[in-house]
Order: sequence, then structure tokens, then C-alpha cells
Amino acid sequence: MKKKGNLRLILSLAVVALLYGAAVLVEHTSGSKSMVVTVLQKGAVYALIAVSMNLLNGFTGLFSLGQAGFMLIGAYSYAILTIPMAKRAAVYQYYDGGIVQFTIGLLPALLVAGVMAALFAALIGMPVLRLKGDYLAIATLGFAEIIRAFVQWDAIGPLTNGSNLLKTYPTLKTAMPGNTLLFTFLVVGVCIGLILLLINSTYGRAFKAIRDDEIAAEAMGINLFRHKQMAFVISSFFAGIGGALLAMYQGSLQANGFKSAMTYEILLIVVIGGMGSVSGSILASFLFIACSEWWLRFLDAETMIGNFQVPLLAPGFRMVAFSIVIMVVVLFFRKGIMGDRELWELGSRRQAKGGGRNK
Amino acid sequence: MFDTLLPYLLAGISVGGQYAMIAVGYTLVYGILRLINFAHGDIFTAAGFFMVYLAAAMPPALAIPLVIILTVALGFTVERVAYKPLRSAPRMSIMISAIGVSYLLQNLMWYLTGGLARQYPVLPGLGDSIQIGSASTKVVTLVTPVLTVALVVALVMLIKRTKIGMAMRAVSVDFETAQLMGIKINNVISFTFIIGSAMAAIGSLLYFTNYTAVTPTIGAMPGLKAFVAAVFGGIGSIPGAMIGALIIGICENLIKAAGLTMFSDAFTFALLIIVLLVRPTGLFGEKTTEKV
Amino acid sequence: MSEQKNHDTSVLRLRDITMQFGGVVAINNLSLEVNQGEIVALIGPNGAGKTTAFNCITGVYEPTNGEVYFHGKPIAVNHPQGKMAKQYAGINGDAYRGKKPVVYSPDKITKMGIARTFQNIRLFKSQTAFENVLIGTHLRRTSNLFTAAFRLNAKEEKAMREKAAALLEIVGLSGEADELAVSLPYGKQRRLEIARALATEPSLLLLDEPAAGMNPQETDELGEFIVDIKNRFNLTVFMIEHHMNLVMDISDRIYVLDFGKQIAEGTPEEIQKNPDVIAAYLGVEEE
Repeated sequence: MKKKGNLRLILSLAVVALLYGAAVLVEHTSGSKSMVVTVLQKGAVYALIAVSMNLLNGFTGLFSLGQAGFMLIGAYSYAILTIPMAKRAAVYQYYDGGIVQFTIGLLPALLVAGVMAALFAALIGMPVLRLKGDYLAIATLGFAEIIRAFVQWDAIGPLTNGSNLLKTYPTLKTAMPGNTLLFTFLVVGVCIGLILLLINSTYGRAFKAIRDDEIAAEAMGINLFRHKQMAFVISSFFAGIGGALLAMYQGSLQANGFKSAMTYEILLIVVIGGMGSVSGSILASFLFIACSEWWLRFLDAETMIGNFQVPLLAPGFRMVAFSIVIMVVVLFFRKGIMGDRELWELGSRRQAKGGGRNK
Repeated sequence: MFDTLLPYLLAGISVGGQYAMIAVGYTLVYGILRLINFAHGDIFTAAGFFMVYLAAAMPPALAIPLVIILTVALGFTVERVAYKPLRSAPRMSIMISAIGVSYLLQNLMWYLTGGLARQYPVLPGLGDSIQIGSASTKVVTLVTPVLTVALVVALVMLIKRTKIGMAMRAVSVDFETAQLMGIKINNVISFTFIIGSAMAAIGSLLYFTNYTAVTPTIGAMPGLKAFVAAVFGGIGSIPGAMIGALIIGICENLIKAAGLTMFSDAFTFALLIIVLLVRPTGLFGEKTTEKV
Repeated sequence: MSEQKNHDTSVLRLRDITMQFGGVVAINNLSLEVNQGEIVALIGPNGAGKTTAFNCITGVYEPTNGEVYFHGKPIAVNHPQGKMAKQYAGINGDAYRGKKPVVYSPDKITKMGIARTFQNIRLFKSQTAFENVLIGTHLRRTSNLFTAAFRLNAKEEKAMREKAAALLEIVGLSGEADELAVSLPYGKQRRLEIARALATEPSLLLLDEPAAGMNPQETDELGEFIVDIKNRFNLTVFMIEHHMNLVMDISDRIYVLDFGKQIAEGTPEEIQKNPDVIAAYLGVEEE
């Protein structure tokens, strides 16, 4: 039994390595500006964010809508710490060059982005995680909005540049020319790998127990608050890193880009992929980004076939079609693409998940 | 001092009343379905757009009732299409569906209107300026609180005194038992959405007379604030929603008066979090115990 | 009852426990004792307050008045406070006034060594039988988040899995280890709940209607099973049960509850002969 598990692991890693190789190849053959590369970059970033949200909503059963807030903290932490000294005067032109007068490396900055988001989560979690169900949802949504307002506050402008753009920090293109995909995939891959390790540990099992039945979980000696707090902080840590990666992808940053609509979008990705499926979230992220950025673009273009104007096609139709598809999934395919299963479990029987290695 | 605050107070009462109109929809739906109807703010926006287009084609006396009818039809359809199939599904699914509907409505409005802000028509009477003490304001500022109180009183009467009101109370206490007692719960739920949407439509007439630009996402923020008002007042309680909304409207404008406009939105959410932590049942809500 | 009595052997002791919800008194001044190695049953008609008593012991509810001791240590102490001080409809409301209230959450109580099953089975529905038991072993972990995530706890993880497998073997569910818990037949789900509770390494096991929904043969087997695990794990068992055959067969002592009040206490023989019990309970339900 154990051998079979190892074989599956090796196979999965081989597939991942192959995909990474393919991504590098794509970038080198089609150039960093091609649509495929853009979709893969953004898709990977969203994959990390969606998986982090799934850890909370899908695996621990906490309906949290604060993801955009934690991404914002991550993105801002990263940008503030990495804008080159020479550019600070120009970026913080209204605040005398800002008060942060040092920079740190790119990877440490990514880590700090995660840590800052996690710290905020720990603070926010203390009060809100005692709330149940939809109250938790609305409280986390509220905190995300408060964070967004706070960041734009004039009084802390020397730190956050108020409501002005943050720019000239190292982006994917400037920091990793020609290897944007390899970099993104590596960071995202490591993060998702860590989340997977966690989910399959005894703590991950405790999370799932809380999702299935809080009262029974507590009766099994699982400290509800502490475990929820763990899931919340870890999810926010990775959302912070995801936010920083999104900042790297975008090239410039403004707090108003992190509205609750962004959280909703990520939640819908998680639902499409399947609540409680990491691979589902990854697949859905790439699909979602590919559809919205690329495959459905034609729906936005007014098109003539001969003298015939194709009806409905006009700017905005893409998103309408897209949201209808989402509604269909939400209403009729509630399990999403993967349900609560993983891609690498598909070969095995339904019941044969995890356990049973007793012989 | 009072003279400088007066315009803000008036604006606060006015916008508070408008939030109250939206909040009633949230509190009614939550009371019955235990659902945060995330799409409610977008239904409010849609009412704004209906008026923009209808006022261009017909006189306001005709347009106003038609706006209410169309908004009610939209609210009814949303319930039937997006919530009814999920009656027996986990609560989280219905909420996700509500978020999906909100996303769809926003995108649909963007598509149909081209995404540009539309100018709201001036409603005769409501938009006129009047002078109160030292402050100059619009008639709507005075009409709103009066109309709000009148409608809330009417609604409370409806729920307390009529048969459908009794059915609504029964369904909100226990879904399944109400069904067993022969109450057609689907009709009751539809009725709830109809009232909520009608109130939102009236609220939009008042709101957009003050804030005249209609955009596809404009309803999101007043929607969320109205929800906070409903929670603050004690979700399920209609007078509670009104009082919560008035308090939020006034506080928000006083914060603006203090020069902290950036925080007027954040304040609402801070209030929400404080209420949830200190008294999750709100001002007038009832406490419920969970059964093990 | 003196506080020092049976101090060494007393596992669980309830003193004057009253539980009042609003104006409804669900348990009225209940005192009882469960000693080391005993199987004690709590019986009574539906709605008598039996499960409420369990919930007061396990920290799900905070009793309105009274004390609960576990191995001589107070695990719940309360007296009517705030609004309840005026509303209180039970007796002995002043007896505990000076004492500092003690509250533990259910997970802390489980950690101290009280495990329970539920009347309306509460298994983790998306998990297999094996995983359900495995989750029970989480409580006694020594690993932390990092050692667990980075697999530095391989030895412990192996031990947990072996323990879960062994428990499944004991309750006779080895063959169903990889099946979804909720897909099992009713009787097996009840056994699985017991296995899951045992995984938390309790010294006191609370069983809430373990035989509900079982046929007579299954019920007999269950009785043997309960005695067997009691001896094997050196447990004390406190159970709520309606199947009188099972109760009379295996209980050392029985407490009878009616309308929240204790109406009798004694050995199975004594209870069977008790006129109050017959009037309140046996007379109407049993032959």
C-alpha cells in the first residue's frame, strides 16, 4: 500500500515538473508578451489565492470573505519594501519620499508580505472567529473594507502613499525577464505544496472535522478557536503572498483594486473548482483567467460576418456570458469540477481516500 | 456650531432613511431564509437604471409605478431562479448563489448601459431646493424620513395584522413546521422578495435624487451599509432596521463633517464588527439557543 | 452526601445540578455519582433531561446551578447569575453563591478524560470510518503545526494510524475502514462513534443511547461489547439508554430521571421493584 502511495507521489511530481518545463518552453518560444504567458502568469497567481481561500472555506468550513483585504496587505507590504531608493522620491511625491527609507530583496519581501497578512489575520481572527456562519462572512468582508479605507488614509500616506499609485517596484517582467513563468510557478508551486502537506497532516484532518461537524469536533477534544485561528492565519499568509505576486504581475498598485468584488471572484473560482479540492481550485483558476482574459474576448468585439452584424456581441457581453456560466455551475453543478476530490485521486475508488494503511 | 452641522444632520437623516428602505429588504429576507441577499444592492441599482430609461420615454407619473413594478419583477425572478432551487441545500450554497447573482446583475448592467455613469432624471417636486434655517437642501431630504416612517409603520401593521403577515412570521420561526401547517412557503418567500424589492425601488427614487449618477456598481456600497443597518438593528426586526439605518446615515455624515470622509465607509463596518462582538443580536433582535 | 465520601473511587459526581433555559427547568437539582469501574445507567422517559445532563457534564451547556466533579476536581460550578438570578425556578439557588464559577469548553473536558457519543449520531460525514477514528487521536498529539506539516512527526503519525486501525479492529469495523462513515448501517455507525470516542483515551465514557435503532440481537452484542471495552480500557461507563434489557443486564447502578428530577436510584433489582419508577416509566412503556 505504502509503495503505491509513493509511486503516485513520484508520478505527480513528474507531471508537475513536465508542466513547468512546458511553461518555460512556451515563454521562450512565444515571448513574454503573448496571451498564453499572460494567462499562465495570472492564472498561477489566482491559483495560489484560490487555494488559500479554499483552505478556509472548503476545508475548514469557515465562510470568510476577507481575502481581498489580506491580498492588499501582502501587495502593499511587498511594494513598500521593494521600491528602489532612487525611485522613492518620485513615487511618494506627495509625501516627501515616504518614511520607509530602505529596501529588502525580492524573496524576503514576499515572505514579509505573507507574514504581515498573517499578523493582521491573527489580530482580526481573535474577535471574528467567535462568530458563526454568515456573521463571520460579513465581519471579514467588513474588515477587508476597513483595511482598504485605512491604507488610503492621508495620515499614513508616508507609509502607503495614500490613494496614489505604488509603482516602480520589481515586477515579474523587470525582475525575472524571460523567466516570469518559471518564477511564478515555482513560488506558487512551493506555497501550494506547503498547503497540501498541511491539509494531509493531522491538523488538516482536524480542519475537516470542524467543517463536517463543529460540535462533534469539539467533543473529540479539538480546540475550535485555536484550529480556526490556525486555518485563518495560514490562509491569510498565502493570500498575502498571492497579493504580492499579483502586484508583481500588475506592475502598479492601488488600494481600490482590492474591492470585495475581487473576493467574490475568487470565491466563485473556488466553487467552480470544488470546495475542498486543491486541484479543483488550480484548474478553475486557469480556466477562469483564460476565459476572462483570452478565450471569451471575441464576445466583447462587435463582429460582422459579411453584412450580418452578429447579435449581442458588444463590450461587456463576455462578462455576462461568463457570469451566466458561473450561475449554472452554482445552481446545477454544486460540486464544481472536482467536488472534494483531487486530480491525483481520480484513479482510486471513491471510498479509498487516505486511510486504511493498517496492514 | 449647530449651523455648520445642520446640513450634515439633514443629509444624514435623509440618506439614513434611504438606507432604511434597502435595509428592510435585507432584514425581511434574512428573517425568513437566513440568507444575506448579496444581490439586493444590485436590485436597488437596477431600479435606478429603470428610471433612467423610462423617464426618457414617458412622464414621471407613469414611470414611477412602472419602475416599482419592474424592480419587483426582478426581485421575484432572482428568488425563483437563483434561490428557490437551493431550498434544501446548505446555507453556504445559497449565499454563494446570491454572490453569483450579484456578479451577474452587475455585469449585465454594465453590458446594457455601456458602463458609463447615467444621469438620473430630476423628479418634479423631490429635486427642488428649499431653505431650512441656515441650510439649503432638496425637498427629498424632508420627504425621505416621513415616507420611511410611514412605510415602516405600514409594513409592521401588515406583518402583525394580516394573514400573509402571520404566515411570514410563522415561516421565519420554523420553515418546516410552517409548511406542515399548510402555509405555502414559496408564496410567502416570493411575497417577501416582492416587498423588499418594492421598498428598494422607492429607496432608489429618493437616493438617486440626491446622488444623481447611476453606475452598475453604485448599489454595492449602500447595499452593504443597509445590511449593516439591518444587523445593527437586530436582523429580522423592521423598526430595528430603520433605526439602525438612521443612526448609520447620521454618523456617516458627521464623520464627513469632521473631515474624515475616507473613513465614512470604514466606520459602518467598524460599527458592524463592534455590534457583532458585543451584541450579535443587534438592538432589537432576539436571542436563540442552538440545539445539540 | 459528604464531599469526602468515596474520594478515591469517585469518577464523576454531580451536586445539585439545575439547568434552566429561560423559564423551563430541564434538570432540577440532580445529584449523582459514578465510581471507578462502574457501569451506571441514566434512564427516564423522553424529555426527562437525560441528554441535557450529559451536555452539562461535557461542557456543551453551562449548568445554571450546582457543581460537577471529575476525579475530585471541579469541572463545572455555577450559581444563578444576572437575569437568571431573578428568573431562577430551581432549588438550592443560594448554596453555591460564594463559589467561583468554573467553566470548561467541551474540548478541555475531553482532554481531561471524558469522551462521549451522541444520541443523533454525529460522525464526520465526508470522512471514512478510519479517518473518523484517526481524528479522535488528534487530541493526544505531541506534534505542532510545523512538525506535522513537514512530516517530522512520522513516528507519531504511524502510531496514530496503528491505534486507529486497532480500535476499528476492536469494534469490528476493520472491513469497513475505507468506507465513508455515513454510508455504514446504523448499528455500525454507533460502534464507530464509540471507537472514535475511545481514540481520545478517556477514563470516563458517556454513551448517549448506544442501542438506539438496534435490533434485539445487536443490542445483546452491544451489551457484551460495552462490558468488554470497559474492562479492556479500564473505563468507567455512564450511559443513557432506553433498552431496558440492556440496562438491567450490564448496569451496576441506575438513576431514574423524570421531568428533570431524580425519582429513584439503585441496583437494577431495586429499580425494577420501585413503585415510583414503575408509575413514571416502566409501567407505561415496558410490559
